[in-house]
Amino acid sequence: MKRTIPLLITALGGFALIVAYFIPHTQSWGEQVAVWFDVLASLAFVLGGANLLKIHLKHVSDRARGWGYSAIVIGSFLATLFVGLIKVGVSPAAQSPDYAWSGSYRQIGSAFWFGYEYGFQPLTATMFALLAFYIASAAFRAFRAKNLEAVLLLGTAFIILLGRTFAGVALTSWIDPANWEGFRYLTWLRIENLTVFVMSVFNTAGNRAIMIGIALGIVATSLRVLLGIDRSYLGKD
Amino acid sequence: MGAFLRDEWWIMLLAAASLAPLVRRFAGEGFFPALRTLDRRWIFLLMFWSVLLPIYYIGLTGQTFPEVPSALSQATFDEIERLQEGDPILLSFDYDPASEGELGPMATAFVKHAAAKGLRMYFMALWPVGAQMIDDTIARVIHTDYPELVYGQDYVNLGFKSGNEGVIKVIVTNLRELYTTDVRGTAIRDIPMMEGITNIQQMRLVINVSAGYAGTKEWVQYAVTPFPDRIRLVAGSTGVQAPLLYPYIPGQLAGLLGAIKGAAEYEKLVVDAYGGPNPDPRYLEGLRRMGPQLVAHLLIITLIVVANVLYLADRRREMRR
Repeated sequence: MKRTIPLLITALGGFALIVAYFIPHTQSWGEQVAVWFDVLASLAFVLGGANLLKIHLKHVSDRARGWGYSAIVIGSFLATLFVGLIKVGVSPAAQSPDYAWSGSYRQIGSAFWFGYEYGFQPLTATMFALLAFYIASAAFRAFRAKNLEAVLLLGTAFIILLGRTFAGVALTSWIDPANWEGFRYLTWLRIENLTVFVMSVFNTAGNRAIMIGIALGIVATSLRVLLGIDRSYLGKD
Repeated sequence: MGAFLRDEWWIMLLAAASLAPLVRRFAGEGFFPALRTLDRRWIFLLMFWSVLLPIYYIGLTGQTFPEVPSALSQATFDEIERLQEGDPILLSFDYDPASEGELGPMATAFVKHAAAKGLRMYFMALWPVGAQMIDDTIARVIHTDYPELVYGQDYVNLGFKSGNEGVIKVIVTNLRELYTTDVRGTAIRDIPMMEGITNIQQMRLVINVSAGYAGTKEWVQYAVTPFPDRIRLVAGSTGVQAPLLYPYIPGQLAGLLGAIKGAAEYEKLVVDAYGGPNPDPRYLEGLRRMGPQLVAHLLIITLIVVANVLYLADRRREMRR
Protein backbone atom coordinates (compact mmCIF):
# COMPACT_ATOMS: atom_id res chain seq x y z
CA MET A 1 0.00 0.00 0.00
CA LYS A 2 2.86 2.33 0.90
CA ARG A 3 4.19 2.04 -2.64
CA THR A 4 1.01 1.29 -4.58
CA ILE A 5 -0.82 4.53 -3.76
CA PRO A 6 2.09 6.82 -4.76
CA LEU A 7 2.48 4.76 -7.94
CA LEU A 8 -1.21 5.20 -8.77
CA ILE A 9 -1.11 8.95 -8.05
CA THR A 10 1.93 9.33 -10.31
CA ALA A 11 0.39 7.31 -13.13
CA LEU A 12 -3.01 9.04 -12.94
CA GLY A 13 -1.45 12.51 -12.73
CA GLY A 14 0.97 11.84 -15.59
CA PHE A 15 -1.59 10.32 -17.93
CA ALA A 16 -4.12 13.10 -17.14
CA LEU A 17 -1.52 15.69 -18.22
CA ILE A 18 -0.74 13.76 -21.42
CA VAL A 19 -4.41 13.33 -22.30
CA ALA A 20 -5.17 17.00 -21.52
CA TYR A 21 -2.41 18.09 -23.91
CA PHE A 22 -3.78 16.18 -26.87
CA ILE A 23 -7.56 16.36 -26.23
CA PRO A 24 -8.82 19.94 -25.68
CA HIS A 25 -12.05 18.62 -24.10
CA THR A 26 -10.04 17.27 -21.16
CA GLN A 27 -8.04 20.47 -20.64
CA SER A 28 -9.51 20.99 -17.15
CA TRP A 29 -8.04 17.64 -16.02
CA GLY A 30 -4.57 18.92 -16.77
CA GLU A 31 -5.30 22.20 -14.97
CA GLN A 32 -6.49 20.32 -11.90
CA VAL A 33 -3.41 18.12 -11.74
CA ALA A 34 -1.14 21.15 -12.29
CA VAL A 35 -2.88 22.96 -9.39
CA TRP A 36 -2.28 19.92 -7.15
CA PHE A 37 1.35 20.06 -8.24
CA ASP A 38 1.56 23.76 -7.28
CA VAL A 39 -0.01 23.05 -3.87
CA LEU A 40 2.51 20.26 -3.28
CA ALA A 41 5.33 22.57 -4.38
CA SER A 42 4.20 25.07 -1.70
CA LEU A 43 4.24 22.33 0.93
CA ALA A 44 7.71 21.34 -0.25
CA PHE A 45 8.95 24.67 1.14
CA VAL A 46 7.86 23.50 4.62
CA LEU A 47 9.57 20.14 4.13
CA GLY A 48 12.67 21.89 2.79
CA GLY A 49 12.79 24.18 5.82
CA ALA A 50 12.37 21.26 8.21
CA ASN A 51 15.09 19.31 6.42
CA LEU A 52 17.44 22.28 6.53
CA LEU A 53 16.90 22.62 10.27
CA LYS A 54 17.34 18.88 10.86
CA ILE A 55 20.65 18.67 8.97
CA HIS A 56 22.19 21.78 10.50
CA LEU A 57 20.97 21.09 14.04
CA LYS A 58 22.67 17.70 13.77
CA HIS A 59 25.87 19.40 12.55
CA VAL A 60 25.81 21.71 15.55
CA SER A 61 24.98 18.99 18.08
CA ASP A 62 27.75 16.73 16.68
CA ARG A 63 30.21 19.64 16.69
CA ALA A 64 31.05 18.52 13.15
CA ARG A 65 33.67 20.39 11.13
CA GLY A 66 32.32 23.85 10.27
CA TRP A 67 29.46 23.64 12.77
CA GLY A 68 29.72 27.39 13.29
CA TYR A 69 28.43 27.94 9.75
CA SER A 70 25.50 25.66 10.52
CA ALA A 71 24.72 27.76 13.59
CA ILE A 72 24.69 30.88 11.39
CA VAL A 73 22.35 29.15 8.91
CA ILE A 74 19.95 28.17 11.70
CA GLY A 75 20.04 31.65 13.25
CA SER A 76 19.47 33.41 9.91
CA PHE A 77 16.73 30.98 8.89
CA LEU A 78 14.78 31.33 12.14
CA ALA A 79 15.22 35.11 12.28
CA THR A 80 13.99 35.52 8.68
CA LEU A 81 11.07 33.18 9.31
CA PHE A 82 10.12 35.03 12.49
CA VAL A 83 10.24 38.57 11.09
CA GLY A 84 8.43 37.42 7.92
CA LEU A 85 5.64 35.54 9.68
CA ILE A 86 5.10 38.04 12.51
CA LYS A 87 5.56 40.94 10.06
CA VAL A 88 7.85 42.87 12.36
CA GLY A 89 7.81 46.60 11.56
CA VAL A 90 4.96 46.30 9.03
CA SER A 91 2.22 48.92 9.10
CA PRO A 92 -1.36 47.99 8.10
CA ALA A 93 -2.28 48.06 4.41
CA ALA A 94 -4.13 51.13 3.14
CA GLN A 95 -7.22 49.09 2.16
CA SER A 96 -7.43 47.38 5.60
CA PRO A 97 -6.18 49.91 8.17
CA ASP A 98 -7.96 48.17 11.09
CA TYR A 99 -5.99 44.93 10.69
CA ALA A 100 -2.47 45.16 12.12
CA TRP A 101 -1.13 42.32 9.97
CA SER A 102 -2.70 43.35 6.68
CA GLY A 103 0.48 45.00 5.30
CA SER A 104 2.95 43.16 3.08
CA TYR A 105 5.85 41.43 4.83
CA ARG A 106 8.13 43.05 2.20
CA GLN A 107 7.00 46.56 3.03
CA ILE A 108 9.81 49.13 2.89
CA GLY A 109 11.19 49.70 6.38
CA SER A 110 10.03 46.35 7.76
CA ALA A 111 12.50 43.98 9.44
CA PHE A 112 12.16 41.47 6.58
CA TRP A 113 12.86 44.20 4.01
CA PHE A 114 15.88 45.33 6.04
CA GLY A 115 17.30 41.79 6.12
CA TYR A 116 16.72 41.36 2.40
CA GLU A 117 18.07 44.77 1.40
CA TYR A 118 21.17 44.83 3.59
CA GLY A 119 21.85 41.12 4.09
CA PHE A 120 20.53 38.76 1.45
CA GLN A 121 20.88 41.02 -1.59
CA PRO A 122 24.51 42.12 -1.13
CA LEU A 123 25.60 38.66 0.01
CA THR A 124 24.14 36.78 -2.96
CA ALA A 125 25.38 39.42 -5.40
CA THR A 126 28.86 39.16 -3.88
CA MET A 127 28.87 35.37 -4.11
CA PHE A 128 28.03 35.54 -7.80
CA ALA A 129 30.54 38.32 -8.45
CA LEU A 130 33.31 36.18 -6.94
CA LEU A 131 32.98 33.96 -10.02
CA ALA A 132 34.90 36.54 -12.05
CA PHE A 133 37.97 36.02 -9.84
CA TYR A 134 37.82 32.25 -10.04
CA ILE A 135 37.23 32.28 -13.80
CA ALA A 136 40.33 34.46 -14.26
CA SER A 137 42.38 32.12 -12.10
CA ALA A 138 41.03 29.03 -13.88
CA ALA A 139 41.72 30.61 -17.29
CA PHE A 140 45.37 30.99 -16.33
CA ARG A 141 45.77 27.53 -14.81
CA ALA A 142 43.60 25.21 -16.87
CA PHE A 143 43.01 26.57 -20.36
CA ARG A 144 45.84 24.88 -22.32
CA ALA A 145 46.11 24.20 -26.06
CA LYS A 146 47.03 20.54 -25.51
CA ASN A 147 45.37 19.09 -28.62
CA LEU A 148 43.29 20.08 -31.63
CA GLU A 149 40.00 20.09 -29.69
CA ALA A 150 41.48 22.37 -27.06
CA VAL A 151 42.83 24.71 -29.77
CA LEU A 152 39.35 24.91 -31.35
CA LEU A 153 37.83 25.62 -27.95
CA LEU A 154 40.41 28.32 -27.28
CA GLY A 155 39.80 29.95 -30.64
CA THR A 156 36.05 29.95 -30.10
CA ALA A 157 36.49 31.35 -26.60
CA PHE A 158 38.62 34.23 -27.94
CA ILE A 159 36.04 35.06 -30.60
CA ILE A 160 33.15 35.05 -28.10
CA LEU A 161 35.07 36.91 -25.39
CA LEU A 162 36.08 39.64 -27.85
CA GLY A 163 32.78 39.62 -29.70
CA ARG A 164 30.84 40.36 -26.51
CA THR A 165 32.74 43.63 -26.03
CA PHE A 166 33.59 46.75 -27.98
CA ALA A 167 37.13 45.41 -28.47
CA GLY A 168 35.82 42.93 -31.04
CA VAL A 169 34.16 45.67 -33.06
CA ALA A 170 37.22 47.94 -32.82
CA LEU A 171 39.74 45.25 -33.76
CA THR A 172 38.13 44.36 -37.08
CA SER A 173 36.31 47.56 -37.97
CA TRP A 174 38.86 48.04 -40.78
CA ILE A 175 37.19 45.20 -42.70
CA ASP A 176 34.87 47.73 -44.25
CA PRO A 177 33.86 48.04 -47.91
CA ALA A 178 34.40 51.79 -47.49
CA ASN A 179 38.15 51.08 -47.11
CA TRP A 180 38.41 48.64 -50.00
CA GLU A 181 35.78 47.31 -52.39
CA GLY A 182 36.97 43.72 -51.92
CA PHE A 183 36.06 43.78 -48.21
CA ARG A 184 32.43 43.51 -49.29
CA TYR A 185 32.94 39.74 -49.45
CA LEU A 186 34.92 39.56 -46.21
CA THR A 187 32.70 41.37 -43.70
CA TRP A 188 31.80 37.96 -42.24
CA LEU A 189 35.33 37.95 -40.82
CA ARG A 190 34.53 40.85 -38.48
CA ILE A 191 34.58 39.50 -34.93
CA GLU A 192 31.02 40.60 -34.11
CA ASN A 193 29.79 38.70 -37.20
CA LEU A 194 31.89 35.65 -36.34
CA THR A 195 30.36 35.69 -32.84
CA VAL A 196 26.85 35.64 -34.28
CA PHE A 197 27.87 32.84 -36.66
CA VAL A 198 29.36 30.71 -33.88
CA MET A 199 26.32 31.20 -31.66
CA SER A 200 23.64 30.71 -34.27
CA VAL A 201 25.23 27.85 -36.24
CA PHE A 202 27.66 25.74 -34.21
CA ASN A 203 26.07 26.45 -30.83
CA THR A 204 22.50 26.01 -32.06
CA ALA A 205 23.28 22.81 -33.96
CA GLY A 206 25.08 21.29 -30.97
CA ASN A 207 22.39 22.33 -28.52
CA ARG A 208 19.59 21.02 -30.74
CA ALA A 209 21.30 17.64 -30.97
CA ILE A 210 21.74 17.50 -27.21
CA MET A 211 18.15 18.64 -26.61
CA ILE A 212 16.68 16.05 -28.95
CA GLY A 213 18.71 13.35 -27.22
CA ILE A 214 17.64 14.52 -23.77
CA ALA A 215 13.99 14.77 -24.86
CA LEU A 216 14.01 11.19 -26.13
CA GLY A 217 15.58 10.09 -22.85
CA ILE A 218 12.95 11.99 -20.86
CA VAL A 219 10.13 10.38 -22.87
CA ALA A 220 11.54 6.91 -22.20
CA THR A 221 12.16 7.58 -18.50
CA SER A 222 8.75 9.23 -18.03
CA LEU A 223 6.99 6.23 -19.58
CA ARG A 224 8.90 3.89 -17.27
CA VAL A 225 7.85 6.02 -14.27
CA LEU A 226 4.20 6.29 -15.36
CA LEU A 227 3.94 2.56 -16.03
CA GLY A 228 5.51 1.76 -12.67
CA ILE A 229 8.59 0.08 -14.16
CA ASP A 230 11.00 2.63 -12.71
CA ARG A 231 10.26 3.09 -8.99
CA SER A 232 13.56 4.62 -7.91
CA TYR A 233 11.87 7.98 -7.15
CA LEU A 234 9.95 6.29 -4.29
CA GLY A 235 13.17 5.59 -2.38
CA LYS A 236 14.44 2.32 -0.96
CA ASP A 237 12.26 1.96 2.15
CA MET B 1 41.01 59.97 -20.35
CA GLY B 2 43.85 62.46 -19.87
CA ALA B 3 41.79 64.59 -17.51
CA PHE B 4 40.81 61.48 -15.57
CA LEU B 5 44.44 60.41 -15.15
CA ARG B 6 45.38 63.94 -14.08
CA ASP B 7 42.52 64.41 -11.61
CA GLU B 8 42.29 60.88 -10.25
CA TRP B 9 46.04 60.15 -10.11
CA TRP B 10 45.71 58.75 -6.61
CA ILE B 11 43.70 55.70 -7.66
CA MET B 12 46.14 54.94 -10.48
CA LEU B 13 48.99 55.32 -8.00
CA LEU B 14 47.20 52.98 -5.60
CA ALA B 15 46.74 50.38 -8.34
CA ALA B 16 50.39 50.68 -9.43
CA ALA B 17 51.62 50.48 -5.81
CA SER B 18 49.55 47.35 -5.11
CA LEU B 19 51.01 45.67 -8.20
CA ALA B 20 54.60 46.87 -7.63
CA PRO B 21 55.68 43.74 -5.70
CA LEU B 22 54.52 41.60 -8.63
CA VAL B 23 56.51 43.67 -11.13
CA ARG B 24 59.56 43.51 -8.83
CA ARG B 25 59.24 39.75 -8.66
CA PHE B 26 59.06 39.44 -12.43
CA ALA B 27 62.14 41.65 -12.74
CA GLY B 28 64.05 39.68 -10.10
CA GLU B 29 63.16 36.08 -10.98
CA GLY B 30 62.60 36.43 -14.71
CA PHE B 31 59.30 36.32 -16.59
CA PHE B 32 58.73 32.57 -16.98
CA PRO B 33 60.04 31.42 -13.57
CA ALA B 34 57.85 34.02 -11.84
CA LEU B 35 54.84 32.95 -13.91
CA ARG B 36 55.31 29.27 -13.00
CA THR B 37 54.91 30.02 -9.31
CA LEU B 38 52.42 32.85 -9.63
CA ASP B 39 50.09 32.93 -6.65
CA ARG B 40 46.45 33.10 -7.71
CA ARG B 41 45.90 36.05 -5.36
CA TRP B 42 47.85 38.21 -7.85
CA ILE B 43 45.34 37.20 -10.50
CA PHE B 44 42.51 38.12 -8.13
CA LEU B 45 44.15 41.52 -7.60
CA LEU B 46 44.52 42.07 -11.35
CA MET B 47 40.85 41.21 -11.85
CA PHE B 48 39.91 43.54 -8.99
CA TRP B 49 41.61 46.52 -10.65
CA SER B 50 40.35 45.50 -14.11
CA VAL B 51 36.79 45.81 -12.89
CA LEU B 52 37.15 48.66 -10.39
CA LEU B 53 39.03 51.17 -12.57
CA PRO B 54 36.52 51.12 -15.46
CA ILE B 55 33.61 51.33 -13.01
CA TYR B 56 35.24 54.35 -11.38
CA TYR B 57 36.10 55.94 -14.73
CA ILE B 58 32.62 55.47 -16.19
CA GLY B 59 31.02 56.54 -12.92
CA LEU B 60 32.91 59.84 -13.02
CA THR B 61 32.85 60.62 -16.72
CA GLY B 62 29.62 58.94 -17.79
CA GLN B 63 31.36 57.81 -20.99
CA THR B 64 30.30 54.49 -22.49
CA PHE B 65 31.34 52.46 -25.52
CA PRO B 66 29.14 52.73 -28.61
CA GLU B 67 26.85 49.75 -29.19
CA VAL B 68 25.51 48.48 -32.48
CA PRO B 69 22.29 46.52 -31.82
CA SER B 70 22.39 42.92 -33.02
CA ALA B 71 19.55 41.31 -34.95
CA LEU B 72 18.25 39.61 -31.80
CA SER B 73 18.13 42.84 -29.78
CA GLN B 74 16.45 44.59 -32.70
CA ALA B 75 13.89 41.76 -32.94
CA THR B 76 13.16 42.08 -29.20
CA PHE B 77 12.70 45.83 -29.53
CA ASP B 78 10.49 45.44 -32.60
CA GLU B 79 8.24 42.91 -30.82
CA ILE B 80 7.37 45.51 -28.17
CA GLU B 81 7.37 48.36 -30.65
CA ARG B 82 4.64 46.79 -32.79
CA LEU B 83 2.18 46.79 -29.84
CA GLN B 84 -0.47 49.47 -29.46
CA GLU B 85 -1.17 51.65 -26.43
CA GLY B 86 -3.24 49.76 -23.87
CA ASP B 87 -2.20 46.30 -25.09
CA PRO B 88 -1.72 43.84 -22.19
CA ILE B 89 1.72 42.29 -21.68
CA LEU B 90 2.94 39.83 -19.07
CA LEU B 91 6.33 40.42 -17.48
CA SER B 92 7.73 37.46 -15.58
CA PHE B 93 10.84 38.31 -13.55
CA ASP B 94 12.42 34.94 -12.79
CA TYR B 95 15.74 35.89 -11.24
CA ASP B 96 17.31 36.91 -7.95
CA PRO B 97 19.92 39.43 -6.72
CA ALA B 98 22.77 37.11 -7.75
CA SER B 99 21.94 37.85 -11.41
CA GLU B 100 20.86 41.44 -10.93
CA GLY B 101 24.15 42.66 -12.41
CA GLU B 102 23.27 41.08 -15.75
CA LEU B 103 19.48 41.11 -15.72
CA GLY B 104 18.59 44.27 -13.78
CA PRO B 105 19.42 46.65 -16.66
CA MET B 106 17.33 44.71 -19.17
CA ALA B 107 14.39 44.44 -16.74
CA THR B 108 14.59 48.21 -16.28
CA ALA B 109 14.74 48.77 -20.04
CA PHE B 110 11.78 46.45 -20.65
CA VAL B 111 9.61 48.31 -18.13
CA LYS B 112 10.77 51.70 -19.44
CA HIS B 113 9.88 50.65 -22.99
CA ALA B 114 6.48 49.27 -21.96
CA ALA B 115 5.66 52.34 -19.85
CA ALA B 116 6.69 54.71 -22.62
CA LYS B 117 4.47 52.80 -25.06
CA GLY B 118 1.53 52.95 -22.63
CA LEU B 119 1.16 49.16 -22.41
CA ARG B 120 -0.75 47.51 -19.57
CA MET B 121 1.81 45.61 -17.51
CA TYR B 122 1.04 42.41 -15.57
CA PHE B 123 4.02 41.43 -13.41
CA MET B 124 4.60 37.98 -11.94
CA ALA B 125 7.51 35.81 -10.74
CA LEU B 126 8.37 32.12 -10.67
CA TRP B 127 11.30 32.71 -8.31
CA PRO B 128 10.63 33.53 -4.64
CA VAL B 129 12.86 36.61 -4.74
CA GLY B 130 11.50 37.64 -8.13
CA ALA B 131 8.78 39.57 -6.31
CA GLN B 132 11.43 41.88 -4.84
CA MET B 133 12.98 42.28 -8.29
CA ILE B 134 9.58 43.44 -9.54
CA ASP B 135 9.23 45.90 -6.63
CA ASP B 136 12.69 47.31 -7.32
CA THR B 137 12.06 47.76 -11.04
CA ILE B 138 8.64 49.34 -10.49
CA ALA B 139 10.19 51.75 -7.98
CA ARG B 140 13.11 52.50 -10.32
CA VAL B 141 11.05 53.19 -13.43
CA ILE B 142 7.34 53.66 -12.81
CA HIS B 143 7.34 55.46 -9.45
CA THR B 144 10.16 57.75 -10.57
CA ASP B 145 9.40 58.58 -14.20
CA TYR B 146 5.80 57.54 -14.73
CA PRO B 147 3.98 58.56 -11.53
CA GLU B 148 0.83 59.12 -13.58
CA LEU B 149 0.47 55.36 -14.10
CA VAL B 150 -2.12 53.97 -11.69
CA TYR B 151 -1.66 50.66 -9.90
CA GLY B 152 -4.48 48.31 -10.84
CA GLN B 153 -5.28 50.22 -14.02
CA ASP B 154 -1.95 50.50 -15.83
CA TYR B 155 0.12 47.90 -14.03
CA VAL B 156 -0.39 45.17 -11.47
CA ASN B 157 1.97 42.96 -9.51
CA LEU B 158 0.63 39.41 -9.22
CA GLY B 159 3.69 38.33 -7.24
CA PHE B 160 5.34 34.96 -6.77
CA LYS B 161 3.65 31.56 -6.99
CA SER B 162 5.42 28.32 -6.21
CA GLY B 163 5.30 25.45 -8.67
CA ASN B 164 7.75 26.55 -11.38
CA GLU B 165 6.49 25.20 -14.73
CA GLY B 166 3.34 24.02 -12.91
CA VAL B 167 2.34 27.68 -12.56
CA ILE B 168 2.80 28.33 -16.29
CA LYS B 169 0.87 25.17 -17.10
CA VAL B 170 -2.16 26.48 -15.17
CA ILE B 171 -2.18 30.19 -16.01
CA VAL B 172 -1.78 29.53 -19.71
CA THR B 173 -5.40 28.33 -19.70
CA ASN B 174 -6.79 29.59 -16.38
CA LEU B 175 -5.10 32.48 -14.60
CA ARG B 176 -7.70 32.82 -11.87
CA GLU B 177 -7.31 29.23 -10.77
CA LEU B 178 -3.98 30.19 -9.19
CA TYR B 179 -4.10 33.95 -8.79
CA THR B 180 -6.98 34.96 -6.56
CA THR B 181 -5.29 38.11 -5.24
CA ASP B 182 -2.46 40.37 -6.28
CA VAL B 183 0.67 40.87 -4.20
CA ARG B 184 -1.09 43.47 -2.02
CA GLY B 185 -3.89 41.07 -1.15
CA THR B 186 -6.48 42.78 -3.34
CA ALA B 187 -8.94 40.32 -4.85
CA ILE B 188 -8.38 39.83 -8.58
CA ARG B 189 -12.05 40.64 -9.28
CA ASP B 190 -11.54 44.08 -7.66
CA ILE B 191 -8.61 45.04 -9.89
CA PRO B 192 -9.88 47.04 -12.89
CA MET B 193 -7.20 45.87 -15.35
CA MET B 194 -7.92 42.21 -14.54
CA GLU B 195 -11.45 42.54 -15.92
CA GLY B 196 -11.85 40.12 -18.82
CA ILE B 197 -8.40 38.57 -18.29
CA THR B 198 -8.86 34.85 -17.77
CA ASN B 199 -5.60 33.42 -19.08
CA ILE B 200 -2.28 34.55 -20.46
CA GLN B 201 -3.23 33.72 -24.02
CA GLN B 202 -4.89 37.14 -23.89
CA MET B 203 -1.53 38.84 -23.41
CA ARG B 204 -0.20 40.38 -26.59
CA LEU B 205 3.34 39.55 -25.50
CA VAL B 206 5.10 37.67 -22.71
CA ILE B 207 8.41 39.15 -21.57
CA ASN B 208 10.55 36.86 -19.45
CA VAL B 209 13.71 37.91 -17.62
CA SER B 210 15.31 34.70 -16.49
CA ALA B 211 18.40 33.44 -14.67
CA GLY B 212 17.75 29.70 -14.97
CA TYR B 213 15.11 27.20 -13.85
CA ALA B 214 12.21 28.01 -13.88
CA GLY B 215 12.61 30.49 -16.69
CA THR B 216 12.62 31.04 -20.42
CA LYS B 217 12.95 27.37 -21.34
CA GLU B 218 9.84 26.53 -19.29
CA TRP B 219 7.94 29.47 -20.80
CA VAL B 220 8.80 28.12 -24.26
CA GLN B 221 7.83 24.56 -23.38
CA TYR B 222 4.64 25.18 -21.41
CA ALA B 223 3.27 28.43 -22.83
CA VAL B 224 4.47 29.01 -26.39
CA THR B 225 4.71 25.42 -27.64
CA PRO B 226 1.07 24.45 -26.86
CA PHE B 227 -0.25 27.79 -28.16
CA PRO B 228 2.19 28.94 -30.86
CA ASP B 229 -0.35 31.15 -32.62
CA ARG B 230 -1.56 32.91 -29.47
CA ILE B 231 1.46 33.49 -27.28
CA ARG B 232 4.55 35.40 -28.36
CA LEU B 233 7.60 35.43 -26.13
CA VAL B 234 10.74 37.55 -25.85
CA ALA B 235 13.33 36.99 -23.18
CA GLY B 236 16.36 38.39 -21.46
CA SER B 237 18.71 35.88 -19.94
CA THR B 238 22.14 35.47 -18.36
CA GLY B 239 25.18 34.80 -20.53
CA VAL B 240 25.41 31.24 -19.25
CA GLN B 241 21.82 30.46 -20.18
CA ALA B 242 21.55 32.30 -23.51
CA PRO B 243 23.34 29.66 -25.69
CA LEU B 244 20.82 27.05 -24.52
CA LEU B 245 17.96 29.20 -25.82
CA TYR B 246 19.24 29.74 -29.36
CA PRO B 247 17.53 26.59 -30.68
CA TYR B 248 14.14 28.20 -29.95
CA ILE B 249 14.83 31.27 -32.12
CA PRO B 250 12.87 32.56 -33.96
CA GLY B 251 9.96 30.09 -33.99
CA GLN B 252 9.23 29.89 -30.27
CA LEU B 253 11.32 32.81 -29.06
CA ALA B 254 10.82 36.00 -31.05
CA GLY B 255 13.70 37.87 -29.44
CA LEU B 256 16.50 37.27 -26.97
CA LEU B 257 18.80 39.55 -24.99
CA GLY B 258 21.89 37.66 -23.89
CA ALA B 259 23.70 38.95 -20.80
CA ILE B 260 24.86 42.52 -20.30
CA LYS B 261 25.78 42.88 -23.98
CA GLY B 262 22.19 42.19 -25.00
CA ALA B 263 20.97 44.56 -22.29
CA ALA B 264 23.29 47.32 -23.54
CA GLU B 265 22.14 46.90 -27.14
CA TYR B 266 18.47 46.95 -26.16
CA GLU B 267 19.05 49.92 -23.84
CA LYS B 268 20.51 51.84 -26.75
CA LEU B 269 17.43 51.17 -28.85
CA VAL B 270 15.06 52.17 -26.03
CA VAL B 271 17.04 55.27 -25.06
CA ASP B 272 17.36 56.40 -28.69
CA ALA B 273 13.61 56.07 -29.13
CA TYR B 274 12.29 57.22 -25.74
CA GLY B 275 15.21 58.52 -23.64
CA GLY B 276 15.24 62.11 -24.84
CA PRO B 277 18.40 64.18 -25.39
CA ASN B 278 19.84 63.54 -21.90
CA PRO B 279 18.77 60.07 -20.80
CA ASP B 280 18.83 59.27 -17.11
CA PRO B 281 21.87 57.14 -16.10
CA ARG B 282 19.39 54.57 -14.71
CA TYR B 283 18.57 53.67 -18.29
CA LEU B 284 22.23 53.36 -19.30
CA GLU B 285 23.32 50.77 -16.73
CA GLY B 286 23.87 48.05 -19.33
CA LEU B 287 25.99 50.35 -21.47
CA ARG B 288 27.97 51.42 -18.39
CA ARG B 289 28.60 47.83 -17.33
CA MET B 290 30.09 46.98 -20.73
CA GLY B 291 33.23 48.90 -19.71
CA PRO B 292 34.28 46.62 -16.82
CA GLN B 293 33.28 43.63 -18.95
CA LEU B 294 35.61 44.75 -21.76
CA VAL B 295 38.64 45.10 -19.48
CA ALA B 296 37.86 41.86 -17.60
CA HIS B 297 37.55 39.94 -20.89
CA LEU B 298 40.83 41.39 -22.15
CA LEU B 299 42.51 40.34 -18.89
CA ILE B 300 41.17 36.79 -19.22
CA ILE B 301 42.38 36.60 -22.85
CA THR B 302 45.81 37.91 -21.80
CA LEU B 303 46.01 35.34 -19.00
CA ILE B 304 45.09 32.51 -21.37
CA VAL B 305 47.67 33.64 -23.95
CA VAL B 306 50.43 34.07 -21.35
CA ALA B 307 49.65 30.70 -19.77
CA ASN B 308 49.78 28.99 -23.17
CA VAL B 309 53.06 30.66 -24.12
CA LEU B 310 54.45 29.33 -20.84
CA TYR B 311 52.98 25.88 -21.53
CA LEU B 312 54.43 25.71 -25.05
CA ALA B 313 57.83 26.95 -23.85
CA ASP B 314 57.89 24.27 -21.14
CA ARG B 315 56.83 21.56 -23.58
CA ARG B 316 59.53 22.55 -26.09
CA ARG B 317 62.14 22.46 -23.32
CA GLU B 318 61.00 18.97 -22.26
CA MET B 319 61.12 17.71 -25.85
CA ARG B 320 64.69 18.97 -26.23
CA ARG B 321 65.71 16.94 -23.20
